[in-house]
Amino acid sequence: MAEYVQGIPIMRPYIDQDNQGYWDAVKNHKLVFQHCSKCDKYHHPPRPMCPSCHSQDTLEWKESSGKGIIYSFVMFTTNKMAYPAFKLPYAVVLVEMEEGVRITANTHEIEPDEVQVGLPVEVMFEELPDGQTLYRFKKREA
Amino acid sequence: MLQEYVDRKFRTDNRPPVDINLIKDKVAIVGVGQTKYTRDSGRDELDLACEAIKAAVDDAGLKMEDIDGFDTFTLDRLALPMLINSLGVPNVKFSGEISGGGGAGCSVAMHAAAAVATGQANYVCVYRALNEASGQRYGRGDSYAEYMLTAFTPHYGYQWPFGFVTPLGWAGVWGKRWMYEFNITREQLGWWAVVLREYAQNNPDAIYYGRPITHDDYMESPMIVDPLKLHDCCVDTDGAAAYIITTVERARDLKQIPAIILSASQSSPIEQEIQTVYNRPIISGLVETWYHGQELYRVAEVDAKDISVAQLYDPYSIGGVLQLEELGFCERGEGGKFIEGGDNIRIDGKIPCNTSGGLLSEAYLHGWNLVIEGVRQIRGTSHNQVKDVELSMVTGGPGVPSSGIILRR
Ligand SMILES: [Zn+2]
Repeated sequence: MAEYVQGIPIMRPYIDQDNQGYWDAVKNHKLVFQHCSKCDKYHHPPRPMCPSCHSQDTLEWKESSGKGIIYSFVMFTTNKMAYPAFKLPYAVVLVEMEEGVRITANTHEIEPDEVQVGLPVEVMFEELPDGQTLYRFKKREA
Repeated sequence: MLQEYVDRKFRTDNRPPVDINLIKDKVAIVGVGQTKYTRDSGRDELDLACEAIKAAVDDAGLKMEDIDGFDTFTLDRLALPMLINSLGVPNVKFSGEISGGGGAGCSVAMHAAAAVATGQANYVCVYRALNEASGQRYGRGDSYAEYMLTAFTPHYGYQWPFGFVTPLGWAGVWGKRWMYEFNITREQLGWWAVVLREYAQNNPDAIYYGRPITHDDYMESPMIVDPLKLHDCCVDTDGAAAYIITTVERARDLKQIPAIILSASQSSPIEQEIQTVYNRPIISGLVETWYHGQELYRVAEVDAKDISVAQLYDPYSIGGVLQLEELGFCERGEGGKFIEGGDNIRIDGKIPCNTSGGLLSEAYLHGWNLVIEGVRQIRGTSHNQVKDVELSMVTGGPGVPSSGIILRR
């Protein structure tokens, strides 16, 4: 699932000072989440201040186990609402990671009817022809 | 985080006392205007806006030079200075553009009300014009190639690279979770679309006037973004609409029965994004709607059972039905059952909803048409007039910073 149509650019993330570490890690095939060492809490998306303790210098990047379960999803089935760089159908899954953070991405080698709430998945990375690195989710053993 | 919402215990100790509220009972909507709602206007947004605003000013019995304030929300494509220049408004003393898109559907009324209640302006015009059907479609996937992510929308950077575009896609994720947790079925959701289409058959201004659908038509309509079918989606519209807000005191000298604002509220809870609100403890509900609803009832000193008629901002059926739960018209998780067969939201039902046809069947005029229908229900001039309307509720969009108003006679 989620194969690309040649010649249409894949949209790029918006990278700023707050999330540079996240996307730098993705470039190195690692998934990291922002963590406050004082509160021992994760926050996503990353931000310049811990919303729990208001500290700006206790925020660190912690590597994710990469494992989670599908919490919800949508299936793009018509070109009206889909982004044209993707072959139809394609799924976008919301995955609840073991750290408690939820992120969205496409799937890898999961058939449309296998995409279900509760499916155990793990992250993987892919290099796009345009030079950017993105992540996806594939099935894993529970 | 969001413990109030999780526990369904609304805190009131951190809110201003009701008796010092300057909007309650003191401000009213006194004029409404709209263009024809079409699929291809052939005119630009400025042109459309001028027509709707002129109609609203005339409806109120005002002169254009009386207008001294303007308010709208973001994603607008017309320049306020050119609007002022075209309308011949001599001097604007108050203007605003609220963030969050459709959620601000009623924030605009609240801000305008605050401006007149505090003496910043006399008559504020709340306006919207769009060519969403013939021009750039916010809701269409292919239009996203033209958009650039900016510092105002950094959260979309975690979505757009995955082809995860369009409001229907984003809402589908929390909609799917809601359907999963509470066994909500497509059969049930279909009734929202069917009843709204029934209302549109009595409203000659509705885009789908003369085009009824049955529940079978709904079930057979194509899937657009699973879990949403074609008839779950709002109708892309060209057109404009406007209304005028002033004090109740001034309203007494004007042409129409004023629709008095009993309460107005806005909510943007933590872990806010524009529809991609996925890092909250619960995503199978509408946190913003619950908050603004609780505040509406607190200030109005009424409850859901006191509301005569409601216009709920429904860019997709799920967004309408889930608001029924969050506003207390039915229990949480019961929205599907509540709309089964459609009677509860029909004209003599428990809570008649979106009586002009709503965003699905009248027009997707970013909620302006809902406010206008809410006003008509107070005036007694709706094409689907509910009997003995005491309180008329209108809301802003779901899953975004949202808002609501309660109107009374
Ligand atoms: Zn902290």
